[in-house]
Amino acid sequence: MSELMSGAKILLECLGREGVDVIFGYPGGVTLPFYDALYENPIRHVLVRHEQNAAFAAQGYARSTGKVGVCCATSGPGATNLVTGLVDAMMDSIPIVALTGQVSTKLIGTDAFQEADTFGITRSATKHNYLVKNIKDLPAVIHEAFYIAASGRPGPVLVDVTKDVFMGNAYYEPVNSIHLPGYKVYTEGHTGQIRRAAQMMLEAERPLVYAGGGIVLGNAHEELRAIVELLDVPAVCTLMGLGGLPSDHPNFISMPGMHGSFAANMAMSGADLLIALGVRFDDRVTGRLAAFAPHAKIIHVDIDPAEISKNRNADLPIVGDLKNVLPKLCANVQEIRSETGDQERPALKRWWKQIRDWKAEHPLKPVFSTSEIKPQHLMAEIDRISQGRAIVTTDVGQHQMWAAQLIRYNAPRLWINSGGLGSMGFGLPSAIGAQFANPDQLVFSIVGDGGFQMSLPELATLMNYGLPVKIIVMNNGYLGMVRQWQELFYNNRLCSVTLDSFPEPEQLAGAYGFKGRTVEQPSELADALKEAIEYNGPYLLNVRVTPTENVYPMVPAGGAINEMVLGPVQPTPVA
Amino acid sequence: MLQIISLLMENKAGALMRVTGLLTARGYNIDSLTVARTLDPGLSRMTIAVEIESHGRRQLIKQMNKLINVLQATDLTDGPSVTREMVLMRVRAAQEVRTAILKEAEIFGARIVDSTTDGFALEATGDIEKLDELINIMRTYGDIEVTRSGAVAVSLEAKKLRLSPPVLRSDVSISEEKNGVV
Repeated sequence: MSELMSGAKILLECLGREGVDVIFGYPGGVTLPFYDALYENPIRHVLVRHEQNAAFAAQGYARSTGKVGVCCATSGPGATNLVTGLVDAMMDSIPIVALTGQVSTKLIGTDAFQEADTFGITRSATKHNYLVKNIKDLPAVIHEAFYIAASGRPGPVLVDVTKDVFMGNAYYEPVNSIHLPGYKVYTEGHTGQIRRAAQMMLEAERPLVYAGGGIVLGNAHEELRAIVELLDVPAVCTLMGLGGLPSDHPNFISMPGMHGSFAANMAMSGADLLIALGVRFDDRVTGRLAAFAPHAKIIHVDIDPAEISKNRNADLPIVGDLKNVLPKLCANVQEIRSETGDQERPALKRWWKQIRDWKAEHPLKPVFSTSEIKPQHLMAEIDRISQGRAIVTTDVGQHQMWAAQLIRYNAPRLWINSGGLGSMGFGLPSAIGAQFANPDQLVFSIVGDGGFQMSLPELATLMNYGLPVKIIVMNNGYLGMVRQWQELFYNNRLCSVTLDSFPEPEQLAGAYGFKGRTVEQPSELADALKEAIEYNGPYLLNVRVTPTENVYPMVPAGGAINEMVLGPVQPTPVA
Repeated sequence: MLQIISLLMENKAGALMRVTGLLTARGYNIDSLTVARTLDPGLSRMTIAVEIESHGRRQLIKQMNKLINVLQATDLTDGPSVTREMVLMRVRAAQEVRTAILKEAEIFGARIVDSTTDGFALEATGDIEKLDELINIMRTYGDIEVTRSGAVAVSLEAKKLRLSPPVLRSDVSISEEKNGVV
């Protein structure tokens, strides 16, 4: 029994059927009919203060739950403002659906007020996008959008809806099947390849699990833990994979890459088998590709066939969903073991000893000072409070690297950061999305003083919705990572990296109606953090840290990952 | 080297843009591109000729197969296939060389589609290099204007077309629950 409904209502009906409970958005001219229908709909609309942050908040929601996040913007500037958030979601494979309004079909192509070619502009910013000009297409398109966003390798999908579609009426028939003949999702993994992979894993002398964002996205963390424990292999988690294996797990080595730990990078370089799970051999992980893991054969499991052998040739590729493939790998390992009997593996024991030695040689450990707060000290304090359980969002830069190195994440979806695109201004709005999805969870938004100032308008959103996000500004007065590079590679010619005139936090937060303060003394840090957490509501804690601290270890651009700079280079004494 | 890619794709607005965008995003310059409907009016067949170093070829085909509107992307560069192009050209010819031009045209199997006192209009089909030769020869007779169709290609081996079956929405929600999505 179908019913005559407006396009706006049909859209909301479809969103309801997809289980959407919150939309992050910003209204405008052509989305008026949609907002009018929203007026009496149970779906909650969160009014952000800039459309870019609507996309980031939807990501925070999606990253912290695994559900599809939804954002909404009007035509023209509303849609163009979403673009950074879409590309960011594309790079990190985050499932979001963006809804944008478009001028009426008759006006398209006339340079109408607030007209932009959203469909064209977002083509390369999305996994797929749609322009809906006929109301009859709307229900199928919305369900396709959610299906595409969440399935296979997830990603952002944009649906651009013309004003006349919102306003038109049609008989609504629920859509019960999705037909996308050209959309291939590979889930199972090749049985023969899985068998061979299991064999390789048992034969390797120096195996290493290299786990990435795919573990988190694919909800395969328990399966990862199972195979790591079954084989008793060491494992590194990439920036996107942190929490995929609990940081406290004895087999967890830490993060590899440009600012990865000595042990993780040495293990990558020394391994004879890399078990690469849901990773894309990103340049920030591999360093100079030709010198990356030179002794290792590669088993590469990924849901996206285009990732196989993209950067590094896979000796044994398996295309499939990790959640399905990993248990099959475990079963095969057990089968082979039961056929051959438990073998003593002295080589693996030696490998473990080597890794423990590397860990002991240069551990990732915080630095403390009595006169100033070291950024690493700040992260250690947050880690002490979190105990691997709090949600932590960051922007990009030094604070992000220290937060990745020094804070533990004992579950997936706690660590939320802009990895691939590296967008400043991501931390605060993504914390808003994460806090909406997890109202009872402690959410830290750790940001630099640069990125924080890119997300200032969202302080109003925090207050508006009473979100108790704890904003921790790691304030070094610089665009720290750029300054670090200017210091190390451009003769310390510091150009446009000094951030003077930081707003006074107490007044800034106070202007919005919540609390803020600055802390400068190491002795006061613990108390200041305690106060922030105990405060009932959002809190802005501005932490003045050592201005010129650099992130180490560091692999210089173009270097091999075992050629790390481990700490400040001492000036060579002049004879 | 010049790579010939054949795409079977849904005949939808924006599908062409997705394919060309994928190439431009990787800095590839398209040598030629042809697209027309197939026996099924809902589908189009596209042939792309593009200059690509060999290591980028497999990756490009995989990326094209990822496009939701693309049903199948095939690399025809090395496989058994036939590639043809058509050229239309106008040759301005003085009286004394008209016979010579007709002879050359005959050698290449080109047809005269129009003849005036100024010269001829010729039509020829062949593989890309053959047409290059024809054009080079005709240039020696005077001013010519050339329009090439771009390569069209067909694979000589039957490749199984794998299409995804419809997904029931109820299945979608069940499989999400299985994956631990709340």
